[in-house]
Amino acid sequence: MAKKTLNIVESAYRAVMEEQDDTILWLLAAMRAAGAEHTVVLRGNAVNYAVAGQGAPGLAIGGWKQTQAPRMDNDVIDLIEKRKIPVFVIEEDLAARGIERGELVPGVQLLSARMLPKRMAEYDLVSHW
Amino acid sequence: MSKKTFAIALMDPPYESENLTTAFRILDVMARRGHNINVFAYEGASGLAFAKQAPHPNPVHGKNLAEENHPTTKDQVAALLALAARNGGKVDWVNCGMCVDERGVGEFVADTRRGSPADFHAFCEASDNVLAIPTK
Repeated sequence: MAKKTLNIVESAYRAVMEEQDDTILWLLAAMRAAGAEHTVVLRGNAVNYAVAGQGAPGLAIGGWKQTQAPRMDNDVIDLIEKRKIPVFVIEEDLAARGIERGELVPGVQLLSARMLPKRMAEYDLVSHW
Repeated sequence: MSKKTFAIALMDPPYESENLTTAFRILDVMARRGHNINVFAYEGASGLAFAKQAPHPNPVHGKNLAEENHPTTKDQVAALLALAARNGGKVDWVNCGMCVDERGVGEFVADTRRGSPADFHAFCEASDNVLAIPTK
């Protein structure tokens, strides 16, 4: 049985235009396909990944145009629905940014920052990205 | 609008930050307006024009090579050079030679060149303005 890993993702929107995704959410999805057992906690600026309806126009430089610009909300939905990876968001970080629960993609679960240490104890490994 | 000459210093490597996306957006506007652009690609940015970059399929996204259409900065550099040429501007894209050697990225896209900090000094002296986008 795979070790259970809690992944706290805090770095947000780093290189997502060039990679067309978030490198850590991508890594966890790829590892899941290899049998890993992951849970994700979005905290800090990364809570914004769970906001539905976001997106950026593709980059265009002269005649070169990006056709697959990242959609972070879709990537969070993919983790939850296709990969069966639970995704939590820190509710205090949502509140600090004025994000309402109703703005989030379906399936995301709220977690209080006060409960995070207790949650950590339930896992074999904790990675803070 | 009169033609200006700008010097730009870049430091971030490809695929590591959003700084380069911002930089390329600024460079695109400069080239569209026909300005002359002098770029000093320093440290990690010396890999931006590396000719052996290759796009890849993305099985996590469920997309093949064509569908994923993965960006490469070498294509963005080439597009910038072509855009500037169409609009009457010149781009002197210099890849820091020692940075290139450290990283083994000495094969560049056409019309970029190897150089040194002396080139950046010359760019600063000759430009109407200088924009440095450092790694932080």
